[in-house]
Amino acid sequence: MKLKNNTVALDSTDLRILNSLQENARQTYTAVGKSLGIAHSTVYDRIKRMERHGIIKEYTAVIDAEKAGAKNIIAIMTIFTDPKQSDKVAEKLCEAPQMLEVYTSLSEELLIIAKVVAENQESLHEFIASSVAPLPGVLRIRTSMITKKFKETRFSIANNPKQLIFIKEKSNK
Amino acid sequence: MNLRILRTLPREKAFYFFTSIGNYTGESATSLKEFTDKINEVNVKSLEFHFYRGDFEKWIAEVLEDKDLAEYVQKLQKLSLAGDRLRIQLYTTVSRRYNHLISQLSTRLT
Repeated sequence: MKLKNNTVALDSTDLRILNSLQENARQTYTAVGKSLGIAHSTVYDRIKRMERHGIIKEYTAVIDAEKAGAKNIIAIMTIFTDPKQSDKVAEKLCEAPQMLEVYTSLSEELLIIAKVVAENQESLHEFIASSVAPLPGVLRIRTSMITKKFKETRFSIANNPKQLIFIKEKSNK
Repeated sequence: MNLRILRTLPREKAFYFFTSIGNYTGESATSLKEFTDKINEVNVKSLEFHFYRGDFEKWIAEVLEDKDLAEYVQKLQKLSLAGDRLRIQLYTTVSRRYNHLISQLSTRLT
């Protein structure tokens, strides 16, 4: 891992370590080293440096909400906004605990795409009517409720490692 | 009391017109006058959606604080109206009430 023009360059060893951690983040440094054929001290050093640079952001548990007994509904909202206020709307949405993911998108119109969770259809509607529609800059909203999940994966380093060779260093470093 | 019913509300207290769960039309009303006008303008699907959920009478009673109009609107549900017939009936009821409140107010002021 080298610093180049304020970016962190990851080498193939870093990428292999990241890939291994994404498969199982609870492995010991020794187990990662053994599976990749490198010393556990190298694994330790590389992981710590990637944590420091914000490349590894956190270690978390992925929960199957259905198996955990949660009977929530998930919906995808497309929020058409006044371009001047789009970022403010997106930032405000991020404050709501119901919002799982919030993105802006540039198509023909400026949109915010957000994934939202609610207990039921009524609470979803109540949330959108009282907390999203009144936000200044919201022009209209389309909401689609998810009825069946066919695939869900977290982005993996293995998806396209070539594009991840250079990752911007965290600004506070 | 009439003045209170006829006031302009802050944005967060407005009535927001949806056509179904989570689908906001972009139309809203911050006063009884604006609400009356919007009945004639919004997609009729939006009127049907809110009318049979009881959203109109709830907003009229709890936010505008006009219990009488809320009751008139609620009574319309018995007629099982849809489409333009619903629009016309709703508009007639709400605009009549609005005009009544305005005329009461003018009488008191003169």
